[in-house]
Amino acid sequence: MLKRFARRRDPGIRGHQAAAGWLFLAPAIVLLGLFLVLPIAMALWVSFSDWNGNGSPRHAHFVGLENYRHLLTQPGLDQSNFGTSLRNNFYYVLLVVPIQTAVALFLAVLVNRGIKAVGSFRTAYYFPSVTSSVAITILFLFLFSPTGVINELLSYFGVTGPSWLYDPRGLFHVILAQFGVDQPPASLANGMFLGVSYWDWLSGPSIAMCVFIVMAVFTTSGTFMLLFLAALQSIDDSVNEAAALDGATEWRKFRYITVPMIRPMIFTVVTLGLIGTWQIFDQIYVGTKGSPSNTTLTPAFLSFNTSFNGSEWGVGAAIAFILFAIIVFFTIVTRLVTRNTDRVPRRRRFGPTQPLGFPDASRIASGEPGSAP
Amino acid sequence: MNDASAVRRRRLRTGLSYGVLVAIAVVFLFPFVIAVVTSFKTEPDATANPLTLIPSPFTTEAYSQLFKDQDFLLWVKNSVFVTLSVTFLRVFLDSLAGYALARLRFRGRAAVFTTIVAVMAVPGVVLLIPKFLMIRQLGIYDTYQGMIIPLISTAAGIFIMKNFFESIPVSVEESARIDGASLFRIYWSIVLPMAWPALITLFILSFQGSWNELAHFIISAQSTSLNTLTKGVAQLASGQLGSGNRYPLKLAASVLMTIPVAILFFIFQRRIMNASAGAVKE
Repeated sequence: MLKRFARRRDPGIRGHQAAAGWLFLAPAIVLLGLFLVLPIAMALWVSFSDWNGNGSPRHAHFVGLENYRHLLTQPGLDQSNFGTSLRNNFYYVLLVVPIQTAVALFLAVLVNRGIKAVGSFRTAYYFPSVTSSVAITILFLFLFSPTGVINELLSYFGVTGPSWLYDPRGLFHVILAQFGVDQPPASLANGMFLGVSYWDWLSGPSIAMCVFIVMAVFTTSGTFMLLFLAALQSIDDSVNEAAALDGATEWRKFRYITVPMIRPMIFTVVTLGLIGTWQIFDQIYVGTKGSPSNTTLTPAFLSFNTSFNGSEWGVGAAIAFILFAIIVFFTIVTRLVTRNTDRVPRRRRFGPTQPLGFPDASRIASGEPGSAP
Repeated sequence: MNDASAVRRRRLRTGLSYGVLVAIAVVFLFPFVIAVVTSFKTEPDATANPLTLIPSPFTTEAYSQLFKDQDFLLWVKNSVFVTLSVTFLRVFLDSLAGYALARLRFRGRAAVFTTIVAVMAVPGVVLLIPKFLMIRQLGIYDTYQGMIIPLISTAAGIFIMKNFFESIPVSVEESARIDGASLFRIYWSIVLPMAWPALITLFILSFQGSWNELAHFIISAQSTSLNTLTKGVAQLASGQLGSGNRYPLKLAASVLMTIPVAILFFIFQRRIMNASAGAVKE
C-alpha cells in the first residue's frame, strides 16, 4: 500500500495536491479519452448506421442491427467472407496458442539451467520478438516462396514442397485426400453455417495459413519464454533438490513439480496468446491480403478492408465489435478456468500470482514482434 | 567407480544441452543470416540459390536501388521523426500521470486508475476504425499530428511508471516538500532523475513499438510523403513493382529497418528482457 504522503494537518496542501494531480494527469487522460474511449463510442454508432465514408458519420442513418444481421444471419458475400475469416482465424488460434506455449515453456526450461553462456542463447531466442512484423513477414515470404529456402531444404530430402502462400488447400482436406477422401459427403457439403459449408469449416488451416502459423510461433515464443523464465526462477531450488533426492527423474520433476508451480503463468501465456492471435493483421496486410481464395482472410483484416476499401463502414465496424466480443469471451473463459483450478492449492502457489493486466498484450501475442506499451 | 560414471553422465548431459541450445539458436537466427546474405545477391541468384551463404556475384545493387528508385530516405526520416516525437512525449506524459497516480492524493484517483486498467484490455486491432473516425473528425487526418498524437498516451506506460514510483522511497520528496519546492519542481528535478531505470525501460519499449508500428500509420495517413519505413516497405512488399520478385530489394529494406531496433536491443538486452518479463508480474 501507499504510504500516506500528505498529513492531515494542512487542508491547503490537500487542495493543492488535488489540483496538481489532475493537472499532471490531464494530458494523458485527455489523449486516452480522445483516441480510445470516444472513438469506441463513435464506432459503435457507425456499426448501427449506413455510413459510407462520405461526410460526417453523425449525418448517417440509423439502421439498427442491420449490419450485424448482414454478417450473422443474412446469406450473402458479407456473411460468407465473415464466416471464412472466422474459420481461418479459428484454426490459426487453435494451432498457434498450444504450439507457442509449449515451445516457449520448452525454451524457458532449456535456458533456465545454470550452465555457461546461457544468456546469449536467451538473447538469440528473443531476438525475433523485437523485430518489426513487416520485416519478418517479408523474410517469411522469401523463405516460403515456391523457389525459396524451405522448399530448397525439403528437396534435399527428396520432398517437393508445396507452393505455400499460393496454396489454398486446407490441411485437414489434404490429409483426408491421402486416404482417398477428396469429396465431401453430402451431409457436409449441403449444410451451411455463416455462409460456409460444414465441409469447408472442417478444412483446417490452408497451407498458406500454415506459413503464418509458423511465423507466429517463431516471433512470439521468445517473448513468452521470458515470462516462463521469470516464473521458473521464482521456484525455490530446494523443492527440486528434495525431489531429486527422492529419485525423481527429470521428466517427473518437470511434470509433477514445475508444471503445477507455474500453472498461473501457463494460464497467463494462454490468455495473452488467445488475445493476440485473434488480432492478426499486420502479417496478412503485408503478406497476402487474404489470398489465396480468402484462406488467410482474418476478421481484423476483413474489418479493415470492408471499411477502407469497400466503404461499408457499418459492416466493418460491426466486424470489429464482434471480434471484440470474441476476445472478451475467450479472456473470460480462461479467467474462469484459472480461478477454478487455482482455488484449492492456493498455499502451494510459489509462482507469480495472476497479473492484473498486461501492457499491450495484443502486440506481444499477435505474433507481432516489437511488443511495447 | 560410481563417481566417475556420474561425472561422465553429467558431462554428457551438459554436452547434450549445449547441442540442443545451439541447434535451436540456429533455427532462430539462420533466417536473419539468410536475409542479410540475400540482400547482397542478384535477383536470379537469390531465386536459383536461396540457400547459398556466399552471394555470387556479390552486389550492393539492392541497396543502391532502395535509395535511388524508392523514397527510402524519406521513409527513414519520417520514421525517425515520428518515433522520436512519440517516444519523448510518451515518456514525459506517462511518467507525469504515473507520478500523480502513485504519489499525489486526490479524490477520483482510484477511479482514474481503474479506468486505465480497463482501457488496457481493449484490443488494439478493434480500434483501427474508431481511431480513423476520430482523427478525421479532428481534422488531423493525413498529417504528422494524426500519426503522432494518438500514439502518445498509453495506459500501459502510465501503469509501468506508477508501479515504479511506488517502489521508490518517498523520504527524499518529503524533505523537498518541507523546503517548499513546488510539486512540478519535485517531480522534475528530484523524482525523474531517480526514475532513470524506469524511464529508460519505457523509452526503449516506446521506441521499439512506434518504430515497428504499421496499422496506425495505415489508417492515419494516405500521402506517400508521409510514409514511414513500415508502411513504405509494406507497400514495397505487396506492390507489383516492375518485373520479378525483387526479393534482394525487399530483404535489403527489411535488414535496414531492423538495424536501429537491433542496436537498441543489443545495448539494452538485459533491461529489455527483464522489462518484458517484469511487466506481467504486476
